[in-house]
Amino acid sequence: MSPRFFALLGLCALLMAPAAAAESWAITGARLHTLGPSGVIENGTIVIRHGRIEAVGADVDVPLDAQRIDAAGKIVTPGLYDAYSYIGVVEVSLVVETDDRVQSGARYTASFRVADAINPRSTLIPVNRIEGITRAVVTPAVAAESFSSPVAGLGSVIHLGGVEDYLVARDAALYVHLGEEGAALAGGARGLTLMRLREALQDARDFSEHRGAFEARARRQYSASRPDLEALAETLDGERPVVVSVDRASDIRTALRLADEFGLKLVVAGGAEAWMEADRLAAAQVPVILDPLENLPDRFESLGATLENAARLHAAGVTVAFATGESHNARNMRQAAGNAVAYGLPWDAALAAMTVNPARIFGMEGATGSLQAGKDADLVIWDGDPLEVTSAAERVFIRGRDIPMVSRHTLLRDRYGNDAGPLPPQYPH
Amino acid sequence: MRRPILVFSCVLAAGCATPDSAPLAPAVPARAEPAEGAYHSTYHRIDSPPVLITNATVLTGDGRRLDDAGVLVRDGVIESVGTGLQAPDGVQVVDGSGKWVTPGLIDSHSHLGVYPSPVVPAHADGNEMTDPNTAEVWAEHGVWPQDPGFDAARAGGITALQVLPGSANLFGGRTVTLKNVPAGTVQAMKFPGAPHGLKMACGENPKRIYGAMLQKFPMTRMGDVAGYRAAFAKAADYRQKWREYAESQGEDKEKPRPERDLELDTLAKVLEGEIAVHHHCYRADEMALVLDVAREFGYRVASFHHATEAYKIADLLAANDVCASIWADWWGFKMEALDGIRENAALLQRAGACVIIHSDSSTGIQRLNQEAAKAMASANRMGIEVDEAQAIRWLTQNPAKALGIAGRTGTLAAGKMADLVLWDRNPFSVYAKAEKVYVDGALVFDRADPARQAESDFMLGILPAEAVQP
Repeated sequence: MSPRFFALLGLCALLMAPAAAAESWAITGARLHTLGPSGVIENGTIVIRHGRIEAVGADVDVPLDAQRIDAAGKIVTPGLYDAYSYIGVVEVSLVVETDDRVQSGARYTASFRVADAINPRSTLIPVNRIEGITRAVVTPAVAAESFSSPVAGLGSVIHLGGVEDYLVARDAALYVHLGEEGAALAGGARGLTLMRLREALQDARDFSEHRGAFEARARRQYSASRPDLEALAETLDGERPVVVSVDRASDIRTALRLADEFGLKLVVAGGAEAWMEADRLAAAQVPVILDPLENLPDRFESLGATLENAARLHAAGVTVAFATGESHNARNMRQAAGNAVAYGLPWDAALAAMTVNPARIFGMEGATGSLQAGKDADLVIWDGDPLEVTSAAERVFIRGRDIPMVSRHTLLRDRYGNDAGPLPPQYPH
Repeated sequence: MRRPILVFSCVLAAGCATPDSAPLAPAVPARAEPAEGAYHSTYHRIDSPPVLITNATVLTGDGRRLDDAGVLVRDGVIESVGTGLQAPDGVQVVDGSGKWVTPGLIDSHSHLGVYPSPVVPAHADGNEMTDPNTAEVWAEHGVWPQDPGFDAARAGGITALQVLPGSANLFGGRTVTLKNVPAGTVQAMKFPGAPHGLKMACGENPKRIYGAMLQKFPMTRMGDVAGYRAAFAKAADYRQKWREYAESQGEDKEKPRPERDLELDTLAKVLEGEIAVHHHCYRADEMALVLDVAREFGYRVASFHHATEAYKIADLLAANDVCASIWADWWGFKMEALDGIRENAALLQRAGACVIIHSDSSTGIQRLNQEAAKAMASANRMGIEVDEAQAIRWLTQNPAKALGIAGRTGTLAAGKMADLVLWDRNPFSVYAKAEKVYVDGALVFDRADPARQAESDFMLGILPAEAVQP
């Protein structure tokens, strides 16, 4: 056979290799924290195929066609969730043109949807995913102290592994603000916030029960616009979580009452004093998304903030998820989780608060949150304890894609860190 | 959850910088500021028995690591550091087996007290946003000693900190260096003999607040630099007038006493070298420009603060002996912070520049050790070797240098103030906690002893504590 034939063969192999690589991987030798029924598996193997986890366990055969990654001595966990995130809707926080978190005015509130604005090419995505963040719950925000609405809008779940199919759940949750912020938005008092919310929810219920009459203009005037009523109606007695930002213990009680009145699937966000209502939250099966580092009495509604918040809630049986609200550095969530462990939270619970718990809260548990056969292959190979500040992610897979460990930050690092050539660093070298 | 809006307003409103060998003596009366001696420190160390910490891993703060070593503290000062130390009679011994000792941590950039908790407008005392030049205001006149953040910072091993005015103005005012001890007055916290700093600011903040919001000067970065130069030119004249006046004393033709100007007092002291400049500046190109201004007027920049792009001019900063007070990894919250990277400290360290990890945050100040750990790990991952003994300097010796207190604290050496921390493990771990914190030899925080955990007046009875609620 001619050299030309071998050259062609080689070319074919080259062309096919990337496709094959995307097909199947086997990670071997690592300690697997599955967060699923298999618990912790020492010296385990994970097989990835077609974007999913095909097999996980201690005695899994490595398929012949799988690319093997020797991860002996490493730790593998599910990819991490940023459960209260602005990734994709803000680029430079103070450059308003890049900020799509907040709507102003009161005509569209519940129906304000972040999904339409999400930019999967945001620089925040590579910066965070190469440090293990693989999913984000993208959240609408509220303008500080403007006269608008305590309802922020609808958030979405995205994965951080590509620019085509990034949107996993479009209208995943409704966001509402109570407490000091909600009061400022509603017009200055907590009672007004609740009055507005109740009116809107009552209208939404009436709207959903008398839609025909509404269309025929045979119904009283509602307090909210039609799109808002639809968004609220979908949330009543429904499966869509209502994430309520609330910190003071008494405000949490108010949120619980409101959820009870309207059959809302309540999730507490912030929850600085949630530990003071831990038993009630546990009984009502209301999860809490919190920042483990919040411990100062920064507001009169967070006087009870403590580093032990997560530990106390977990001990009472509350499902806890972590988020810092700082999307540029969502990657620092695992540091926050490490601090929660230092202040009493079991290590496994801290990992759960970044993986399986947020997946459960946002209805993503069927496909993500743990290392189990059949789930999306979102996982991270760590060079050490993932909660430790000196550890780093070595490889990241999102939906089975081998993520290049490159971001704008690594490019800047290399430009200014590599030996200077004869030309200014702005030239490639 | 930290509210992004609040976080940003803090960053926006924040700003900062300092010199090394500035004189520790109080202000010189004859020249510009006859009255400043009135504003002295009333700090007194808490009388404490001598203590010997034994069998610990000791990071001295000057680059050395001593294993199985001890530190002997007596009368508020470090008596000896090393291996094989024996406890003299009457000395309390603390077993440091498995534990680490470091100098007390020093935060070169804090707004505790001037932007205290709770964050309410009534407490916003850090930015005199009434003029781009407010060199006449002093941070210490806005410090609320009851800020619960001081107590939280102490539990994180902070023994001294520089409190700065914010960064709204080109000249924000004088900074103050405090000992992190519970006190009822700011005077009782003032680090004895520490020089003042002057807070200056580059870039977006003055532009936004004066140009964009108030439609006045400065509206551009051009205006920023012109504003610095005009003020220092005026200060040079002012200084000359006072000099001539002082020299004419006792002569036949005694010159009339110049009119006192508090703003120019501060700037003249900068030109004298008595007050060091702490300059809030993110971008590399702007830092280089500021160094030109400093050269024109002959003053010294002790530290650039935030300096997210310092790594791009690491050699320049090293050559000018200017410290960079930086975060481990903040970036992206505004245009001038876009290029912040985790390897900033690494690249500065490689160039031989002075690296300081600062907080600018009431949350971050509680765990500066973790921030340094992230920066250290990033250095090692890119092949720049930085061990714990080096990295601790970013939190101890280097900030002490920038604040002009390196002769007194910041390293564990005989004769220095006994400001130190006993950690329950390697402090470059997320799980590490400060177990005991000493300021001038006094145990100001003990994690195991509630009697040594100070609480601000504000926290008393404000939560449904057992003492208050049935």
